[in-house]
Amino acid sequence: MLLLRRDRDGAAGQQRARPQKGLDLPLRDAALAPSILAGRGSTALLIVLAVPILAAAAAFGYQLDRGIGVTGLNDQVFWGVYTVNLVTFIGFSYGGALVSAILRLTNAHWRGPIVRLAEGTALVTLLVGAAFPIIHLGHPERVWQMFTRPQLNSPLLWDMVAIATYMLATLLLFVLPLIPDLATLQDHERLGLRRSRLYRALGMGWQGTPHQRASLERALTILAVTIIPVAIMVHTVLSYAFSLTSRPGWHSTIFGPYFVVAAVYSGVGIVIVAVVAYRRAYRLESWITERSIRSLGYIMVTLGAIYAYFLFTEITTEGYVGEEASQTLLHGLILGRYATLFWMFVAGGIVAPLLLVTVRRTRTVAGITTAALLVIVAMWLKRFLMFVPPLTRPLIGDQVGSYSPSVVELTITAGAVAAIPFLLIVLFRVVPVLSVYEIQELGHPALEPHRVPAGGEGR
Amino acid sequence: MVGAAAVALPPGIERVLAAEDLASGPPSADRRWVFVFDLRRCDGCEKCVSACQQMHHLPESQEWIKVHELTDATGGTYFLPVICQMCQHAPCVNVCPVSATYHTPEGVVVVDQDVCIGCRMCMAACPYGVRTFNWEDPPDVPSMFHKGDPEFQVPQVQGTVGKCQNCIHSLREGKFPACVQACSMEAIYVGDLVEDVATDGHNTVVLSRFLRDNHAFRLKAELETETRVYYIAGHGQDLDY
Repeated sequence: MLLLRRDRDGAAGQQRARPQKGLDLPLRDAALAPSILAGRGSTALLIVLAVPILAAAAAFGYQLDRGIGVTGLNDQVFWGVYTVNLVTFIGFSYGGALVSAILRLTNAHWRGPIVRLAEGTALVTLLVGAAFPIIHLGHPERVWQMFTRPQLNSPLLWDMVAIATYMLATLLLFVLPLIPDLATLQDHERLGLRRSRLYRALGMGWQGTPHQRASLERALTILAVTIIPVAIMVHTVLSYAFSLTSRPGWHSTIFGPYFVVAAVYSGVGIVIVAVVAYRRAYRLESWITERSIRSLGYIMVTLGAIYAYFLFTEITTEGYVGEEASQTLLHGLILGRYATLFWMFVAGGIVAPLLLVTVRRTRTVAGITTAALLVIVAMWLKRFLMFVPPLTRPLIGDQVGSYSPSVVELTITAGAVAAIPFLLIVLFRVVPVLSVYEIQELGHPALEPHRVPAGGEGR
Repeated sequence: MVGAAAVALPPGIERVLAAEDLASGPPSADRRWVFVFDLRRCDGCEKCVSACQQMHHLPESQEWIKVHELTDATGGTYFLPVICQMCQHAPCVNVCPVSATYHTPEGVVVVDQDVCIGCRMCMAACPYGVRTFNWEDPPDVPSMFHKGDPEFQVPQVQGTVGKCQNCIHSLREGKFPACVQACSMEAIYVGDLVEDVATDGHNTVVLSRFLRDNHAFRLKAELETETRVYYIAGHGQDLDY
């Protein structure tokens, strides 16, 4: 435990004076910065975020009371913003889970400081996203019937099983690497009694013995290998709710991969935003280096390029053959009713992020964060463009449908957006925001130069 | 496509279908209901629409039979009434996560609105757009009419999916469906595949011969939904919907 003692010594130097933001905090303090430094700033932010969340809760109450007719939905466009939110938010979660899993499997050394944030973001966005399949029901109180009288042919049943499995995997991926951190940080002097007890309980007697470390590593590897196909299935199955119908614009073989790539693309975007926000708020620059943010940026635009390719091939195959329904839809998208939104997506969701990250001058933390924010918003918009325009097209006859979300739908959406930072802040006020264990395992330039990598003879 | 309807009868034997013949007692596959729309006759008056709404106590915004006005090859217009097409391979039944929508033994697709969770997946799956949703509370109905039967749900349950149930409750009692009854143009036939007979209430025909002789077709037959609603085209109408 030599290393940890050193850390503790470092912290001890600042024991009397409260650790200051702006200082290069030692790892143990940095990991707990959001909880031990949680000051008025983050509490004020929580209160501000609580306002739209409470408004959303009230709006949902109103919807339960008055029925789902309070939405802008109608018989022709019967799925709208709730469905867009469902797919977008669960997609966000996918980014965090995959970043963590893939970087682990490829043994990317820079992952140490960002995996915890990636896993936390995955967990939180999944919780928010998973609320929407229930919010969008006409009878949410009957959802238990999915368990009591399941109909196995239904893509929605597959969705439920996939999301539940994925939720379990995401939870494990978040909790397992926490064990060593909680155990070693349980006696941090600024932790407070309650959190200390919690850490001790959840630390589950971790001592860092070779046997424990080997078990943890094996569990994490198995989990990382498992979560990749599970996550791919979740998003493919989500796409089946659309592509397994005969509707033009939905019935397409590219929908599965389309959903998967869209999910990781926007998911990496939200990981970048979370990482940058915490890095800045708690001055974690020495731990979360610019290099890791750049690496995330590269991953994001690579996925963006793949997505752009899918979009291109979809438009070409649909557009070249003059099938009437596809032509009408494509025309509406590229030149017609939805053209403004579509070109906003192309400019803001594909071109701008690609330029921001690839051009050297804008490849800064600010530039990459801007790109990530653009991707997040644009991918919501893209989902809207995937779901709503095909519904407006009549199946028989020529009556074109329309849809604009109601105040209730928008209020609930705003609340869900606010719930993501809210839950993240709450989460990292409780558990460490950096993975001490993994940073030590992988080594980090900010660890003292003479430090022996953990797991070596230091034990 | 007509072949599916051709339940062969010995030559010379033509059963006449009277309303009483339609009564089949308890649900059984002794009846397999079929509708035929004669587009040569439909004048788009929509009496069928209001009769249907009256029968099922639907709000005016909800139409279980929709009369589409379409343009034909010569630039003229014609009318295409669309009810639930009674797919035997029903996409809506396949996608329902809780089996709230199912086939009766006679092949009619119904919705149990006490089970439906309101996910609208069936509306996404239906190729004919015949499913409607009860977004608002249904109109008030005197309590004597209240029926909680999936085959005749009055009033509708808010937050669930509603659809044409081919008036299976009327057929069981030996009565005509509301739309057939209301049509003054003799454009809607109801029939039975088992007996190979159909009637518009005035004229009775041998179903298989009627369909064959008039080149009857089914909507979106290429989806192989095996519908039990047939259409007879007039002149210049585009058969590909």
